[in-house]
Amino acid sequence: MAKQPCAVIGVGQTKYAAKREDVSMAGLLREAAKRALEDAQMTWADIDAVVVGKAPDLFEGVMMPELFLADALGAHGKPLLRVHTAGSVGGSTANVAASLVQAGVHERVLTVAFEKQSESNAMWALSIPTPFAMPVHAGAGGYFAPHVRAYIRRANAPDHIGILVALKDRTNALKNPYAHLHQEDVSYEKIRDSMMLWDPIRYEETCPSSDGACAMVLGSESVAERSEKPVAWVHATAMRTEPTMLARQDKVSPQAGRDCVAEVYRQAGVTDPYRQIDMAEIYVPFSWFEPMWLENLGFAAEGEGWKLVESGATDLGGDLPVNPSGGVMSSNPIGASGMIRFAETALQVRGLAGEHQVDGARLALGHAYGGGSQFFAMWIVGSEKPTA
Amino acid sequence: MRDVAVVSFAQWRNEREHQGSPNGIEMLVPTMTEAVEASGIPRKEIGFWCSGSSDYIAGRAFSFVMAVDAIGAWPPINESHVEMDAAWALYEAWVKIQTGEVDSACVYGFGKSSAGELRRVMTLQLDPYYVAPLGPDSVSLAALQARAGIDAGKWSERDMADVAARALSAGAKNENAVRRTERTVDELLGLDYVASPLRKYDCPPITDGASVMVLAAGDLARDVCSRPAWIRAFEHRVDTQNIGMLDLTISNSAAKAAAAAGVTDDRLDVAELHAPFSHQELILREAMGIGDGTEVTPSGGALVANPMFSGGLSRIGEAARRIHDGTADRTMGHATSGPCLQQNLVCVLEGE
Amino acid sequence: MTEPVTMITTPMELTYQYTVGPVETQFQRRLKEGRIVGQRCPVCQHVYVPPRGACPADGVPTEEDVELPDRGIVTTFCVVNVPFLGQKIEPPYVAAHILLDGADITFQHLILGCPADEVRMGMRVEAVWKPREEWTFSMENIDHFKPTGEPDAPFESYRHFT
Repeated sequence: MAKQPCAVIGVGQTKYAAKREDVSMAGLLREAAKRALEDAQMTWADIDAVVVGKAPDLFEGVMMPELFLADALGAHGKPLLRVHTAGSVGGSTANVAASLVQAGVHERVLTVAFEKQSESNAMWALSIPTPFAMPVHAGAGGYFAPHVRAYIRRANAPDHIGILVALKDRTNALKNPYAHLHQEDVSYEKIRDSMMLWDPIRYEETCPSSDGACAMVLGSESVAERSEKPVAWVHATAMRTEPTMLARQDKVSPQAGRDCVAEVYRQAGVTDPYRQIDMAEIYVPFSWFEPMWLENLGFAAEGEGWKLVESGATDLGGDLPVNPSGGVMSSNPIGASGMIRFAETALQVRGLAGEHQVDGARLALGHAYGGGSQFFAMWIVGSEKPTA
Repeated sequence: MRDVAVVSFAQWRNEREHQGSPNGIEMLVPTMTEAVEASGIPRKEIGFWCSGSSDYIAGRAFSFVMAVDAIGAWPPINESHVEMDAAWALYEAWVKIQTGEVDSACVYGFGKSSAGELRRVMTLQLDPYYVAPLGPDSVSLAALQARAGIDAGKWSERDMADVAARALSAGAKNENAVRRTERTVDELLGLDYVASPLRKYDCPPITDGASVMVLAAGDLARDVCSRPAWIRAFEHRVDTQNIGMLDLTISNSAAKAAAAAGVTDDRLDVAELHAPFSHQELILREAMGIGDGTEVTPSGGALVANPMFSGGLSRIGEAARRIHDGTADRTMGHATSGPCLQQNLVCVLEGE
Repeated sequence: MTEPVTMITTPMELTYQYTVGPVETQFQRRLKEGRIVGQRCPVCQHVYVPPRGACPADGVPTEEDVELPDRGIVTTFCVVNVPFLGQKIEPPYVAAHILLDGADITFQHLILGCPADEVRMGMRVEAVWKPREEWTFSMENIDHFKPTGEPDAPFESYRHFT
């Protein structure tokens, strides 16, 4: 049985900030959900089911918060699911929501991903020492920095590539009113001279910690066809997972990432990614991940990802704009970041990305990853309905 | 809709305190091997993997991640996870098969409740601004609900003890129970209150456990299983958690889920209800229209073993087992989540 | 007229008993004897340290003990400069992936005994144990790893471990 067509009818985001002290958790996710409903020209009553995604509950200090938020989510009396796949969760949540439509179970699904990590302490939650183990663990940055070092060595990449990506993302963010970081005075020198947090990753090459929520309304073919605004058709979805600690595992270009993107390219009929994909929103929490993911996603050959960055190809005006929204580098509510990537691709192919719109974007890749580079969720959306 | 069936189910022998790590690997590896072997589908051919567990039960963020290493996730697998009882992971897997993307799925749940102080942990499930700071624990909230029913004349303490006594009798016959001793209703009524009107056996035991289930679609299910338990209906609903707004003596979400699943319309041979507190079985029976001709929770259910985050999946597993062994033709497994039966899931199974 | 309340702080304290499984227990017991013992998977033959009860690739218990030396190489590393809540080691420190001779997977530990900016990928290192009377059930019995002064391992020899 073939998947039923599914489209993104509406997108909503909150203003991302270090601390959204002006709203409670309920207020935060409703801000995004209401905007998505408005964009979709629907009301709460139109929604058949709600799928929530967020990262570890220790980030807010509430166990399974979607339960106390059932009212705020408009889920009272409806089916409610809560996905948690670590950092990739925003993406996998969108995929689970899409599958409800693709399976023909529901017509209109509201999906929301959020994190209000200012309410607890994210760094603490990420670094709880495990008894009997050596407490070298130093948060996400400390986990990934050694693999960044390994990439630099494997690819013989020059030292400044991380700076270029950070500069690009933070500059792009200035065109995105929702972005957390709006560094009007961002510069190459400022990034280069910022403190080395986990050598080789600098402070300004690191994502912020943000509060925020992102929501989408996904609809069936008949719902999409009745929409008065352009929709983003889902051309492909996939998730792949590999073990946390496997002997001889490639942490720089994980197999699960390669398998996942191969599957979405296959579903969408993409055989030449660099040419066929117009833009990508990929999960880059530390700037060096951009060249690493460009290779993992097949946009550049092994060892060549950094060249693509250096050439300016991933700039907003380049051949393959990457993260024109400013990316995770500019806003990172952990549970929402994956969905923000997916939502931004939907905005792009609908032509609704405002100042950071990529001209002529018709086919876009959304990417999210999590855990120890082991959980991957991706999708491809397009302005045209997929053929068969 | 595709025909999807439960083709195998296995559970860890439930324990009050498992001597193993909170990531559940020691419970999962043998249980998964058992379920996958019984399914007849080679491990590497399983299309999708999905699990349910909770970070707060384990006491650390990303606690489900290490469990992935118990699966043998190489080459990389199609996998997902919900921060819910594995019964909802089963739902996600069923939907995945419905999309046509895969033909089979392995679902698992696990939890080591004994590691923390479960009653206090569950308080964190409440509204953090208005309710949680008051510190109402899960047993006290259930007690409020039990009291509401008594005050409304819907049940008595004796009715509750009756449910508990029946569960204990079932537990005595169930190797997977952690409460294995029968007691009479009068014995139970003679015990002190834990949180009035709840007594010890009106409440679930702290239990560590895990369970694993394999689903397969259509002809694959027929190839590997002599009597597949076909999923005929699969529905779930949630209510507001605003306890002050609710009539605690009923569960709207359970009624809605059951009605959508067609439970109220048709006879069931067996209904495995996930009712952690004795009065909750009474609420669920009424909400779902379960008649006298139905065997209710013959396994003993949550009152004799309550492994958090796999307990709901196990109710569906027990319901499937009765189809597999030919002793029933139409059964139902139910799962609940949240305080006072806030969220409910219903899965109706049939033999062919 | 009082100000509206916009923020409450509710301290929560939960206590958990962390139990280590049987395989890890055995590993820790041997650490207390000053031994590092990994396990080999019967299917893929890879040696895991610390051993974990199931091979993550094959899902089967790894049962064959493999005694490992306390020396090996640094495959990759980072220098941690940032302080954070709950941190137990004072920054700056070098957190490195160590591949013991004979193992097929790295584990994380500290490098001391040379300036942080002299630590290199491929550097040969050996364990510096705490005094025997301080030994307990933990990898912390090894205080840190220090360079041995031997020539670095060539990149190609450990490239696929990074």
